[in-house]
Amino acid sequence: MHMLEVKNVHKRYGKTEVLKGVDFTMDKGETKVVIGPSGTGKSTLLRCINQLHPPEQGEVWLEGVKITDPKVDINKVRRKIGFVFQDFNLFTHLTALRNVSIGLEKVLKMDKGAAEKRAMDELKRVGLEPHANQYPAELSGGQQQRVGIARALAMDPTIILFDEPTSALDPELIGEVLEVMQSIAHEVTMLVVTHEMGFARNVADEIIFMEGGVIVESGPPKQMFYSPKHKRTGEFLGKIASLYGEE
Amino acid sequence: MESLPFLFDGLKITLLLTFLSLAFGFLLGIVLALGRVYAPKIASLICISYIEIIRGTPLLVQLFILYFGLPSAGIRLTPLIAALIGLSLNSGAYQAEYLRGSIQSIKSGQMVAARSLGMTKLQAIFSVILPQALRTSIPAWSNELIYLLKYTSIAYIIQVVELTAEGKFIAAETFRYLEVFGMIAIIYLCLTIVFTEVIDRIEHKIRIPGLGTKKNQMMRD
Repeated sequence: MHMLEVKNVHKRYGKTEVLKGVDFTMDKGETKVVIGPSGTGKSTLLRCINQLHPPEQGEVWLEGVKITDPKVDINKVRRKIGFVFQDFNLFTHLTALRNVSIGLEKVLKMDKGAAEKRAMDELKRVGLEPHANQYPAELSGGQQQRVGIARALAMDPTIILFDEPTSALDPELIGEVLEVMQSIAHEVTMLVVTHEMGFARNVADEIIFMEGGVIVESGPPKQMFYSPKHKRTGEFLGKIASLYGEE
Repeated sequence: MESLPFLFDGLKITLLLTFLSLAFGFLLGIVLALGRVYAPKIASLICISYIEIIRGTPLLVQLFILYFGLPSAGIRLTPLIAALIGLSLNSGAYQAEYLRGSIQSIKSGQMVAARSLGMTKLQAIFSVILPQALRTSIPAWSNELIYLLKYTSIAYIIQVVELTAEGKFIAAETFRYLEVFGMIAIIYLCLTIVFTEVIDRIEHKIRIPGLGTKKNQMMRD
């Protein structure tokens, strides 16, 4: 049994069908990176998995439970699916520490002291302990995103979804976030949508190339970069790799 | 100036009406604003209708209906209670709109992030949305306080003996209209200044960098 199974997922917004039948699986501890042109449904796929935008057709299974079933308590399921946003989405009115501990308190019902201790541990893990009592507006983009990652990690999720985590960051700050992601890659199951080819090549167990709402090809980085089966894969990766530079 | 004790009695009523209406209006406002934004269709429509009806009719008419109109339906309210109910119901509708504005100005990502953590809609509303919305609606809320302070004087028409009413009685007896009403105006003005200052200080104390008006925002290099 795979940890995550996405089966024939279709999603439309109004008249436009964005996802036209997506299938893949993930096992515990794997890191998979989804790449592809903008608008091909990569972010939509992530949001279909945590049911923020439930798919019209198809199923998503997490640890053997069909989470697309309307009878399932989606709030309980979401505790197990961490999400890191392109725009960070930190809670503006809370300090970094509180941002991380609030989920533990409200959702996991931990008591305040234990929650804050756990939150502090996660902030240490992402290197932000000294900033624990600062508000998001006082932090740089890279710092905010690392708090976002700590917030997701603290819930001890089964899988963490990353939606273009570095796309909104200044180039100088991208590195610190990718470093954190790399450091947790094999402790945590991660599904990452990104344009960062270096990360994809060095950290991913498998790269999934999506275009036009479907998966065109997927495979280990070596295959995808050097001997892709589809012409389009090679084209895309070639262009992007030269644009973003080798890392 | 032996009329001062009377003015003081009137002032007590004015302040009582002001603060109680503000408080009840606040609670009502939260219910209406949340109902309007988050409740299912029918409940939301009820909230909208209430707000539109109250905002679309003059306060004076609402007070008349409560004090002079209800007795025909068998309900007799004392002037003070009628004024309190009328002002509260009225303030609630306006406060709901201020709060709604604040709620809708919060980036949608905040709710999305809260739900992604596994919070229920209600948890997200109370832990993430309201704390922010209440802070950013403080300027509008302080405006409501000042507004209420002055509009309590309308309650005079339904026989509530608040500050302005007292003034009218004293002036009618002494014929010193200018002095009496001048003094009353000064009292309202002083109260307004004091309230504004207190709220400003509170707003400053609870400000959070990055949340709220430009005045509050900390500048990063």
